[in-house]
Amino acid sequence: MAQATQPQQTGKTVLSVRGAGKFFPGVKALQDVDFDLHEGEIHALLGENGAGKSTLIKVITGVHPRDAGSVTLNGEEIHPNHPGDAQALGISTVFQEVNLIPTLSVAENLMLERQTRKFGLIAWKKTDEDAKAALEILGLDIDIHRPLGSYSVAIQQLVAIARAVALDARVLILDEPTASLDAEEIKSLFRIMRDLKAKGLGIVFVTHFLDQVYAVTDRITVLRNGELVGTFVTKELEQIDLINHMLGHELAEVSAHRHQDEGNYTGPKREIQVKNLGKKRVLEPVSLDLQAGEIVGLAGLLGSGRTELSELIFGTQRADSGLVFMDGEPVMLRSPRHAIRAGFGLCPEDRKQDGIVAELSVRENIMLALQGRKGWLRPIPRAEQQQLADKMIKALGIATPDSEKPVGQLSGGNQQKVILARWLVSKPLLLILDEPTRGIDVGAHADIIKLIKELCDEGLALLVASSELDEIVAFADRVAVMRDREKVSELTGAEITQENIIEAIAR
Amino acid sequence: MKINERFYPLVATLAVLALLYGYGIFEHRAFSDTYVLGALLTDNAFLIITAVGMTFVILSGGIDLSVGSMIAFVGVLMAELVTGFGMHPVLAAVISIIVGSAFGAVMGVLIAKFDIQPFIITLAGMFFLRGMCFLINLDSVPIDHSFVSEFSGFKIPLPGRGWLTASAVLMILTVIGGIIIAHYTRFGRNVYAIGGDRQSAELLGTPVHATIIRVYALSGFFSALSGVVFAFYTASAYPLAAVGVELDAIAAVVIGGTLLTGGMGFVIGTFFGGIIMGVIQTLIAFDGSLNSWWTKIMIGALLFGFIVLQRLITRSFSGMRAGAS
Ligand SMILES: Nc1ncnc2c1ncn2[C@@H]1O[C@H](COP(=O)(O)OP(=O)(O)OP(=O)(O)O)[C@@H](O)[C@H]1O
Ligand SMILES: [Mg+2]
Repeated sequence: MAQATQPQQTGKTVLSVRGAGKFFPGVKALQDVDFDLHEGEIHALLGENGAGKSTLIKVITGVHPRDAGSVTLNGEEIHPNHPGDAQALGISTVFQEVNLIPTLSVAENLMLERQTRKFGLIAWKKTDEDAKAALEILGLDIDIHRPLGSYSVAIQQLVAIARAVALDARVLILDEPTASLDAEEIKSLFRIMRDLKAKGLGIVFVTHFLDQVYAVTDRITVLRNGELVGTFVTKELEQIDLINHMLGHELAEVSAHRHQDEGNYTGPKREIQVKNLGKKRVLEPVSLDLQAGEIVGLAGLLGSGRTELSELIFGTQRADSGLVFMDGEPVMLRSPRHAIRAGFGLCPEDRKQDGIVAELSVRENIMLALQGRKGWLRPIPRAEQQQLADKMIKALGIATPDSEKPVGQLSGGNQQKVILARWLVSKPLLLILDEPTRGIDVGAHADIIKLIKELCDEGLALLVASSELDEIVAFADRVAVMRDREKVSELTGAEITQENIIEAIAR
Repeated sequence: MKINERFYPLVATLAVLALLYGYGIFEHRAFSDTYVLGALLTDNAFLIITAVGMTFVILSGGIDLSVGSMIAFVGVLMAELVTGFGMHPVLAAVISIIVGSAFGAVMGVLIAKFDIQPFIITLAGMFFLRGMCFLINLDSVPIDHSFVSEFSGFKIPLPGRGWLTASAVLMILTVIGGIIIAHYTRFGRNVYAIGGDRQSAELLGTPVHATIIRVYALSGFFSALSGVVFAFYTASAYPLAAVGVELDAIAAVVIGGTLLTGGMGFVIGTFFGGIIMGVIQTLIAFDGSLNSWWTKIMIGALLFGFIVLQRLITRSFSGMRAGAS
């Protein structure tokens, strides 16, 4: 396989944006942004949550009409009115979050608007073959006739990538494609990106994982508050400088491993015991103990049962074996409602489907869980809501003009922060976070970890499922490792290192 | 391999049909005769033709309440053209269908471009067309023409005592056409995509507006065609004809297994849904002792059943996320 790792500074410019501006009521999402993409380069587009990355992409692809500036493709100015136009011009895009049709089959999602036709009618056999071929590039072997919605977010994300890559394009735009993928899948994505780059494609790559930026990109453009900070050659930019460019200030140092400074919780000892919790074909029975003030990490590859365990504990899926005990008393967990009443919280993996209520305001979204726990007959006074919402907006750095903005209008990462805030204000006894920092920028990452630690000191028990091992290592007191829908080992104290976790996963 | 979950509602529809038909045959010997089948196909032809159009609308996540009025309007218009202007019925039918499709397209434009609830626009369309009927003609009028009597005289014998009428043949052709449009054209697949998730469909590059406009034009086309069949079948026009047919059509679509929220379903299901409604009616007629309102009660119960079933299926969607391969 050809791997052109040399940045081709000489490449011709294929896509060029000049003076782009986009204004939403109360927000300057983009102002006077210039952006150049060369042929045969992978170009990182970076910035904090709400910096304007997705907006720039949407302006380029015609999702949003631009308020100022010009976009040229191969020297010609373009005016796409909707993403279909951009596709026809050769700009293929994977938008942030999975944007596919859950009710259609995998094959149909891959081939929508590009089915092979004979005499005007779709030739399904050939179309299905094309769909299979598109998935093969990513090494994905799934039943293409099943509805897409029945697959995990990661697989849906891979399907979205396969769809974008299969299009014969000159420009490929990927908005946080790796957020829900595991290491292996990211590797194969990078392989494909390098192949396409060798073929002369220009690739725009948005991510919050800086190691990925250094692994695969040639140049970096940084946005901050909708404005351009600058474009840099990746090799010449130190990570620390990159972070400073993104945040506009230096990153506060995150304290070292938590298990070295534990024991700040001094309240009464409370215990949550998961005993043989399982469900046929979903999860082998798992047992796990959690104490108030403790953070337990849940590690494992995609499909290892992390999400399933969270859902069983929270009652989203009903277990057919086992029980959960709180301080020795069994808890009824037939539905999330019961779980919330019992003081459990789950911050789900798929925020688009299960998390946010796009039409409700930031404040209302933040209050949902707390209100749900109190019961709807005892409304929380408006002033108190306001105070809690403002506190969270500040603590997590949620980029929004005010607490009344509908959540659907926030940037992806800020939506994630709102969901997190929802569960943090509800002060549950047990909080389960499934990929809590997905899509969250480096600055906010540190804030969130700090906040989580504070809550634990106040007596929260936390179960965190994450595919980011460094994150787990950074704050877990104990780590349960999952493999093949089973708990395979448990690490404590000094055993918690990335190497040990990887070994447990791979064994 | 287990059967694809998208087919569950269709399987349920077929099971209900088999059950009802089986019951009919068991209770009344005459039920097994092709005579009953032929009558079912003929009597429900106009309903099923309308329902095929409605299937596309519902698949796209919308609703079209104007179809009943459209049937009456087309009848009145045809009567006027044939008796008033001395036009050949076929020409009158073609004109009516063009007018009907154009009317649907206009509603589609309002719905797509101005982003207005389809419920409201088509409700207005329903009143508008019904009013137009009375503007043209206040009374029931016969449509007298040799072609019309030929149309109703046309019969293809079936084995047994039954036969297929021209209405039935047209209806079967419509269903086949509907299946082809739904499953073998990009337009059809785009309708499913928009009903499944409109925002994503847009980001995937589907021409959302154009598709929605065509959906309502198509519904206008099918309901106008249904009006033509209805007019030929009854050889008359009546401004108050087909009141409430829009609701029957929606019921046929839902009993046929199409998700009321859009995105999932089959045109063939709608055919079976319409037939099921016909079978219920026939069963009650055969029985003789039951009030004909029992038809409505049965259909109501079936609707409940199917809506609950849909709910379970959409819910199982997130529950069964199979995870990684
Ligand atoms: N449809 C919209 N209506 C109003 N404001 C919007 C809309 N879309 C985006 N914004 C605002 O524009 C700003 C930039 O958002 P954008 O989605 O581009 O951020 P981003 O850089 O992609 O962030 P993230 O890393 O979280 O995805 C945000 O403050 C957001 O609230
Ligand atoms: Mg974004």
